[in-house]
Amino acid sequence: MRARAVECISSVRIERMSSAIECRDLRKTYDGKVEAVRGLNLQIQAGECFGLLGPNGAGKTTTIEILEGLLEATSGEVTILGQTWKSNPRELREKVGISLQETRLGEKLTVRETVELFASFYRRPRSTFEVLQALQLDEKADAWVGKLSGGQRQRLAVATALVGSPDVLFLDEPTTGLDPQSRRQLWDIIRGFQSHGGTVLLTTHYMDEAERLCDRLAIVDHGQVIAEGSPAELIARLGGHHMIEFSVAGGGKRSAETWKALPGVESVREEDGLICLSVREPHRTIPALLEAVDKESAQLERLTTRQASLEDVFVNLTGRHLRED
Amino acid sequence: MPAAQPIPTHSESKPASRNGRWSGFLHILGARMKELRREPEVIFWVFGFPILLALGLGLAFRNKPADVTPVVVVSSPRAPEIAGMLHAGNGSPLRADVLDDAAAQRGFRLGKYDLVIAVNESGAYQYRYDPARPESVLARALVDERLQAAAGRKDPVATSVTTASEPGSRYIDFLIPGLLGMNLMNAAMWGIGFALVDMRQRKLLKRFVATPMRRSDFLLALLTSRLVLMLIEVSLMLSFGVFAFHMRILGSLWTILLIGSLGALSFGGLGLLTASRAQKIESASGLMNLIMMPMWIFSGVFFSGERFPAVLQPFIKALPLTALNDALRATILEGAPLTAQGGRILVLLLWGGISFLLALRWFRWT
Repeated sequence: MRARAVECISSVRIERMSSAIECRDLRKTYDGKVEAVRGLNLQIQAGECFGLLGPNGAGKTTTIEILEGLLEATSGEVTILGQTWKSNPRELREKVGISLQETRLGEKLTVRETVELFASFYRRPRSTFEVLQALQLDEKADAWVGKLSGGQRQRLAVATALVGSPDVLFLDEPTTGLDPQSRRQLWDIIRGFQSHGGTVLLTTHYMDEAERLCDRLAIVDHGQVIAEGSPAELIARLGGHHMIEFSVAGGGKRSAETWKALPGVESVREEDGLICLSVREPHRTIPALLEAVDKESAQLERLTTRQASLEDVFVNLTGRHLRED
Repeated sequence: MPAAQPIPTHSESKPASRNGRWSGFLHILGARMKELRREPEVIFWVFGFPILLALGLGLAFRNKPADVTPVVVVSSPRAPEIAGMLHAGNGSPLRADVLDDAAAQRGFRLGKYDLVIAVNESGAYQYRYDPARPESVLARALVDERLQAAAGRKDPVATSVTTASEPGSRYIDFLIPGLLGMNLMNAAMWGIGFALVDMRQRKLLKRFVATPMRRSDFLLALLTSRLVLMLIEVSLMLSFGVFAFHMRILGSLWTILLIGSLGALSFGGLGLLTASRAQKIESASGLMNLIMMPMWIFSGVFFSGERFPAVLQPFIKALPLTALNDALRATILEGAPLTAQGGRILVLLLWGGISFLLALRWFRWT
């Protein structure tokens, strides 16, 4: 619905059914050796909030910087709003707002001066006052950037991206290192932008952020998309929506097959003695599990159940956790 | 916490304002000047330090009244008479004490006296002096001349002298244009080079090129900020020279400002080139010192570059700071018009122009 609203207003720029952001077979090799991106395809519709989710070093930043026209791809094609960065970079820059992973804005300028500086680069910027108000920075308008908290700085970075009133917003790890309240504030801002027909592409290594904010997402690992879809679809693809985690002591040797044979179990994973079952119906699996443990005269040391998350999707796909730290 | 207000997008919203062609340039320039004003240490190094340097050097090498040369006469019946001859006249350059032989010799050894005068049995004067000490040699010449004249010697040739302590030919007059040139170089190289590398390190340059900002506007605004600062530097330094040391400025102010602008732009270009690729402040500052070091030495800041061997002169004359210093001195001290300085202006233009073009070619925004 949102996408259609945008089309009506600017039917010239955004052709019907065309994607806001598209890339095909994107590759980036640094110094002829390190392959940061290896054949990545994305198609993001206008009005969508799309997330690139992956661990550090997966190639998210390289990908987003190529899409932003700040980095040259080794090969592959990129179109933003139907245009390429080579054909008309200045026009495209007017319609794209960017927040880099880490920008330290001039510390001795005030918040207002900073936003006004960025506004001056655009032909038709938003009013600074309006943007500061929308980002809840109006009380800090006359404070030096050097005196802001992490959350305020990040909101200011987003303000400099929004002041040009872009159609497409690129955010590279917008909430990394922020406290929960600041993160929620930024999510609200991103949703607000999207609710007016804006397209958002963001990278994150927080699965909860991807789950709550993104309409669709691509899980990226080693420079490739290993899964793509809405958060619900990706979790559904695990087979089960629930996870049962437990550990047992004593008894004889057990293999994964023991657990796989339990009713309703879709997949089994074991790490550090903790066994994770992905199940469709916990109320059927748990009694069977207790019975099996009992039969082997082993003791259950721990048992928890929870909803499956994107983290489980990632671990299932790669055998690793998103944040290995 | 109230929910954030939605932000309309490009396609949807009506613009709050329209920006003209030079809006970006003016805002970058404005932001640059504000940042400089809010950096107290920048103000000190750019404006305060050169003035302090001029003040210190001006005082150290000020034109003092000629030193009085202390000599000693070994006590004898004629000693008071000799001392009287040496003191005779207004403003005698000599001060003569009368002491016994041992005390006189000790005073001479300790450097308290530059010359010992004794009278031997035949009535001849005997000088004891150290030919390795210039002041001792001077004392001997002064004393001998006075005593010979007092004894009735007539000079066969008449001589006259003019003194060179008028404004325009003192050390401070030489120094101030040199300091001004050096300051323009330092401030332009550091001001531009440091700012650029710092912004690159902060990823601010990358953030700027992610907007529709014209890259040439950005570089132009940086150079323009140098021109504004140059105006302040030149006026401060020259006013200081005029008020503190009664310096006389013979050339026109417009010519001085034009040369100052050329210098600021030339070194601005060089600063741009130096900082065009460096990723770290440390590597850029090493490079900048390497470039500026020869000019501090050869380009006639504190003493004339003419003192170096003739083989080096073509190299020295080709340095931009030599051209700037020579042009400033010729204009300020001799009132030379711009037309008489074609060579120096060409040197500045070439350095500035070539380095600016190379910088544009090599510049790294990310």
